[in-house]
Amino acid sequence: MSDHESMHSSIVPPTGIWWKDVPKQEKLWITIAFIWCLILFAMMPLWHIRGGQNPSGIRSKVEPADFMARTERFVADYKIGEESGIPVVEPPPGADVYLLARMWQWYPVLKLKKGAQYTLHLSAIDINHGFSLFPVNLNFQVIPGYDYALKITPNSAGDFRIICNEFCGIGHHIMVGKVLVTE
Amino acid sequence: MSGAVQSLASRFRTCAVTGLKVNRDSENLIKANAVAAVVCLLVGALAAVGLVLTRWQSIHLLPAHWFYRILTLHALNMLIFFIIFFEMAVLYFAGPVLLNARQPAPKLGWLAFLLMVVGTILTDIMVLQGKADVLFTSYPPLRADPYYYLGIIFFAVGALLATALFFASLVVAKKEKSYKGSMPLVTFGALTAAIIAVITLVHGAATYIPTWLWSMDLIQLDAQLYRLLFWALGHSSQQINVAAMVSIWYFLGAVTVGGVVLNEKVSRAAFVLYILFISMASAHHLLVDPGFGPAWKVWNTSYAMYLAVLASMVHGFTVPAGIEMGQRLRGFTSGRFEWLRKAPWGDPGFAGLALSVVIFGFLGGITGVTIGTEQINIIAHNTMRLPGHFHATVVGGTALAFMAVTYYVLPLIFQKRVTFWKLAQIQPYLFGFGISLMCMSMIYQGIFGVPRRHWDISFSNAPFTVEFHPAVWIVQTTMGIGGVLAAFAALSFVLIAVTTVFFGKPVNEEAIAKRLSGLPQGILKPPAQIHQGAHVAKVHLKGAQGTMVLVFIFFACFVLYYFVNWKILSFLWKVG
Repeated sequence: MSDHESMHSSIVPPTGIWWKDVPKQEKLWITIAFIWCLILFAMMPLWHIRGGQNPSGIRSKVEPADFMARTERFVADYKIGEESGIPVVEPPPGADVYLLARMWQWYPVLKLKKGAQYTLHLSAIDINHGFSLFPVNLNFQVIPGYDYALKITPNSAGDFRIICNEFCGIGHHIMVGKVLVTE
Repeated sequence: MSGAVQSLASRFRTCAVTGLKVNRDSENLIKANAVAAVVCLLVGALAAVGLVLTRWQSIHLLPAHWFYRILTLHALNMLIFFIIFFEMAVLYFAGPVLLNARQPAPKLGWLAFLLMVVGTILTDIMVLQGKADVLFTSYPPLRADPYYYLGIIFFAVGALLATALFFASLVVAKKEKSYKGSMPLVTFGALTAAIIAVITLVHGAATYIPTWLWSMDLIQLDAQLYRLLFWALGHSSQQINVAAMVSIWYFLGAVTVGGVVLNEKVSRAAFVLYILFISMASAHHLLVDPGFGPAWKVWNTSYAMYLAVLASMVHGFTVPAGIEMGQRLRGFTSGRFEWLRKAPWGDPGFAGLALSVVIFGFLGGITGVTIGTEQINIIAHNTMRLPGHFHATVVGGTALAFMAVTYYVLPLIFQKRVTFWKLAQIQPYLFGFGISLMCMSMIYQGIFGVPRRHWDISFSNAPFTVEFHPAVWIVQTTMGIGGVLAAFAALSFVLIAVTTVFFGKPVNEEAIAKRLSGLPQGILKPPAQIHQGAHVAKVHLKGAQGTMVLVFIFFACFVLYYFVNWKILSFLWKVG
């Protein structure tokens, strides 16, 4: 009896040698799937070289108290006003920008220039929070003890929001911050 | 016969349908674990109703603290308790029952079950008392009562013990020569699930034991390290589900239409690929975290060049192709799709299997690989796209496959005819449709930046207003309708399962001969499991022509969705 005159289901213990040649169609599909997997993989390094959006950042550890102090210094240096009791800060293009997350506030309000690059430092002083820039839909995890410094360049002017999208306790849903981008 | 042999023989019954020798110890353990799974499913499904009616902003049912509490309860009971209890039942079935062997150390099986039940109750009580409003992930420094972590540790130890008994049953079956040849593919798949379970539970110990100590102020914890360890547990446990689900796909293909194994080597190798790369999956959750660099993220999130994705794409071909060949062997040979048209769509076991494959692949798989791409994660992390994705994999895929197989477990193991048979026949369709509608609506909202795990997206008391695109409010309604429908179908399933277990009419030869209601067609007329002869070679030569078309449709959707997401990403602010 040839190899192909017998088939069995998946609940039957196969006997004899079952290490057999793969049928043609199955082989074709596996080849296509494997090539696709390599493309999926290659896209990520490629985007690091050619693409403009990468979550690399400059990553370092930071004590929450230190980050708090850096943020306060940043606010004192560039404060231009206040909104809803939160300072509004306008750093010069190229500056290090500090955004602090805490229950349940993004501190301070930022005023940025379109087309200018900033280094945005994100950290939390209590628990995990989620940085979600609305409506651009840029999302980053904000973790106490870690400074996530991302080089950002706003490409549109307008009035943006920061939604917290990591659960941070009962007031999570009121934790909304603000970013203004001017021409 | 000697006394010992007699007492051993009395522990077995011969299955009237399959002819398998079924060990009563294993059978009772299967029953207990399956019942516990259904109870947890009931708790989780009731919680789901509260959640969907709260996130549906125009209804907004629960107050904030109850929303987060019920969200914690829902995730734990569905993702951990329901699924793992059911998987333990699968292991007791795929080991001793499919291998015709005895159950080793049944008393330890009961101890494992007891530990899991105690763990479940302890954890649920802590959550309901409001002592663990930390959501499923319990990211420190959010802190729960120490008994909450202890409950999960109890559950995990129990699961580990039951998994060890599965390994023991393989050794016993081999030693006592209860089967000839190699173990069947379904058992092999269950074995990979069990191995993954062990790896996962080790990560679980590394997560929960330090966290438990920390909750009593005995040690310090790093918030980022916790996330790494937690997701080595949390995502790997989803790989247990995938391996168990794929095994059930193969099983259901066999018992419903006599689906065959195209090539043992390929299907088994694909299962092994799941084992090799699972621990890397933690990275999916850490792509926009500050603790890890790009090289680490790219390598790990891709499971070393997507080899675990390759495995799923292989099963995604071999399962339907095996079904197609099985149907062709039964005589449905005309054209490319007669086998599909004439499939037993009125059999909830088959309907659930087919929907599970489609929902898992198209909705869950494609979205999962896409949002698990390092850069694309920037536009997906912690938005509604996440729960949209994993409700397609775990609920539309795994839970639906578990429901489908239950329509065979009830008559085969519980030996009861399924009650409310008409409802049972449409239940997989209702559930599949509801969950798909909900998932697509969630994914769509996520694309507009709607956050997950959020009580109030009208942000009514926030210092600044947030106004979503009007399209969000339309899909909010479809999400609500889909979610309610899915919850209704899940509760129908619970009703059917519970009434069948307690009040179902027995399965016997007479019931089968008279084709009485409550028995799926695969039991009324079991399909052949072994095929021999010249007609087999003919079917083999023709191959799975219909499935080839289906997988290419899948592939086109995959490529399209993937590159559309890169395109969306390219419009964003520059960030790096």
